[in-house]
Amino acid sequence: MTIKMKVRNVSKLFNDESGEGWKRVQQGQSKEQIFRETGVTVGINNVSFDVNEGEIFVIMGLSGSGKSTLVRTLNGLIPSSAGEIWVDDVDVASCSKEELRKVRREKCCMVFQHFALFPHKTVLDNVAFGLKVNGVPKEERYKRALESLDKVGLDAHADSYPGELSGGMQQRVGLARGLANDPEILLMDEPFGALDPLIRREMQDELVVLQRELKKTIIFITHDLNEALLLGDRIAIMKDGAFVQVGTAQDIVSDPADAYVKAFVADIDRSRVYTASDIAEDASRVPLTARVSDAIAAMDRTETEIIHVVKDGVPAGLLTRSDVESAKTSARVMDIMHAHPPTVPQDAYLNEIYSEAQTGMPLAVTDDDGKLVGVVSAENIFEHLASDEEETGPDSITSAAI
Amino acid sequence: MISPSDFLTIPFDDVVNSFVRGFLVPNFRPFFRAMQVPVNEVLQALDGFFAWMPMLIITLVFALVAWRVVNRTMAIATIIGFFFIDMIGLWPETMTTLSMIITSVLFCAVIGIPVGILAASSDTAWKIVRPILDIMQTVPSFVYLVPIVMLFGVGMAPGIIATIIFALPPIIRMTNLGIRNVRKDLIEASESFGATYFQILWEVQIPLALRTIMAGLNQTLMLALSMVVIAALIGAGGLGLVVNTGLGRLDVGGATAGGVGIVILAIILDRITQGFAEPSTSNTSLLGFIASIFKGQSATASDKQKA
Ligand SMILES: Nc1ncnc2c1ncn2[C@@H]1O[C@H](COP(=O)(O)OP(=O)(O)O)[C@@H](O)[C@H]1O
Ligand SMILES: [Mg+2]
Repeated sequence: MTIKMKVRNVSKLFNDESGEGWKRVQQGQSKEQIFRETGVTVGINNVSFDVNEGEIFVIMGLSGSGKSTLVRTLNGLIPSSAGEIWVDDVDVASCSKEELRKVRREKCCMVFQHFALFPHKTVLDNVAFGLKVNGVPKEERYKRALESLDKVGLDAHADSYPGELSGGMQQRVGLARGLANDPEILLMDEPFGALDPLIRREMQDELVVLQRELKKTIIFITHDLNEALLLGDRIAIMKDGAFVQVGTAQDIVSDPADAYVKAFVADIDRSRVYTASDIAEDASRVPLTARVSDAIAAMDRTETEIIHVVKDGVPAGLLTRSDVESAKTSARVMDIMHAHPPTVPQDAYLNEIYSEAQTGMPLAVTDDDGKLVGVVSAENIFEHLASDEEETGPDSITSAAI
Repeated sequence: MISPSDFLTIPFDDVVNSFVRGFLVPNFRPFFRAMQVPVNEVLQALDGFFAWMPMLIITLVFALVAWRVVNRTMAIATIIGFFFIDMIGLWPETMTTLSMIITSVLFCAVIGIPVGILAASSDTAWKIVRPILDIMQTVPSFVYLVPIVMLFGVGMAPGIIATIIFALPPIIRMTNLGIRNVRKDLIEASESFGATYFQILWEVQIPLALRTIMAGLNQTLMLALSMVVIAALIGAGGLGLVVNTGLGRLDVGGATAGGVGIVILAIILDRITQGFAEPSTSNTSLLGFIASIFKGQSATASDKQKA
């Protein structure tokens, strides 16, 4: 996996002309204390991370935790006070204005929380803006802008003005504008934060679909943990300008680093964190050509009540204990099995497999080739969603943090 | 009672005299003379043009513009106003005044808009420009005349230069204001796409500040009109001269006629430029703006509905 962006020990202090704030940060004083005593705001405090090519790296934290400041230092909109920010082989934190402009034009585009569309330009001209400042000739720039608009499904609105569009549509234009230059990295500062919940869900799903095709390196800011868990390949939790924990959704939900993260995790929707493979149990199986006696033997050996019948590893049928007990031991499993057993892909989230699980039948979990890798029962799912509910931190933390 | 002057008197007038006469005039006269050249060129071109163009055509063009940017009533009022001026025999003087006004406003725009842009992009520049504007706006217009006559002599060009100085502040202030008021997130977005200072200025700031700049231009125009009579005192011609001559001869009728001419011209120019400054269309680019003047009324109406 190649590393697309490498961030090392980046800090940003606001209003620290005298350097007093920096001294105090080095001494480890808290953001609050430094602000109270010197008026210096610690925006970012010694943050380091890598972003891999093609992943969605989510930075989440409460309002004021420094997310916007951090994402703006990544493309130099806010100059950092210390540290290095490597985009490929350019250090954004120390490069010349010219190089910085080149990074912004070619590698790293941004989508804004409040869209920041130009009200005096048409949708098409908005999307073509990045190409225009980069000197792309008119014809090509409109062609590429239209392609970009097409990706977000708004090519029909090319000649409208942003003010004529709904919030969701405006942010699609914002996204199309960010994609028009075909940057390798997309910075998104709470892009869906200003949208109402239904539209937000829709946009999240669309981003997931779009990302499957685009495979951009995305740095996505949010204050909504559910959004972070849904989108993030990896998630960084930020507090008072510093990273508290960095990891996958499962890492963070199952092993929160401290009370702050725990409080966040307390009220998330677990069904969107865990996938079928996370909770799958080993499946017992017999080949299609086996006899009932083989099935009984296999079930006894693995102490299970159900067994899958597989053909070349692909689930073809299902047998329960009562099925096999009522059949002749010499019968072939293929004749008595329930054909077409319910199957789910291993990377499906639990919320996506609820409905299948409700039939009461155990679900066969399959890998990308359709081969059986495990089994999930309805009880499994509900047990897992309810589990470690009691483990979450005391209520005081929850209410303090949220 | 004793007063400070018993102990010390300052010969302020002498100091100023020797500064202007002894230093500025002998050393910089050629420079000030040279400054008049572009003003004279533009003025003569315009004056020649308006003298050559038949009265009816000029009226028609003004009426058309008034119709497009204001409404039909204003177009009719423009026609009536210009006909009236012609019928009281002041058409040539009105055209001279119009040339002077346009020249002044043109130079105000050429000087004022860049200065306003500079003031908007640097707080230091604004800190320098602002007190100068304050002084320019508090010094009574008559006071300008003396140094101007000393430095530039008398005639049309000095009158216009006095007008330019007097009418300059609003366009600078409004340009500065308009550009500073452009939403910061739009500037940030432009920067994030790698736009340069001039690209941001041209693509985002100026188009979005255009309405405010136009409002500044309108104020500048009105100030320029208010200088018409005063500028005539130092040899500028046109309607101001008619008023002054009328006053000098105690010819109430003549002075009033000149005054009425100025008022009619002022109203027409004011309404038209205000029309430009009103947010009537969603298209704020300069070209679109000019194009909208020539587009059909229906297009303007649909633009209005959109906005
Ligand atoms: N230009 C600025 N000057 C001073 N303080 C700032 C500035 N911008 C942000 N801050 C402060 O930095 C901290 C982080 O802000 P921000 O990055 O906007 O947080 P978030 O995006 O996570 O809500 C806040 O305490 C905020 O008040
Ligand atoms: Mg923010």
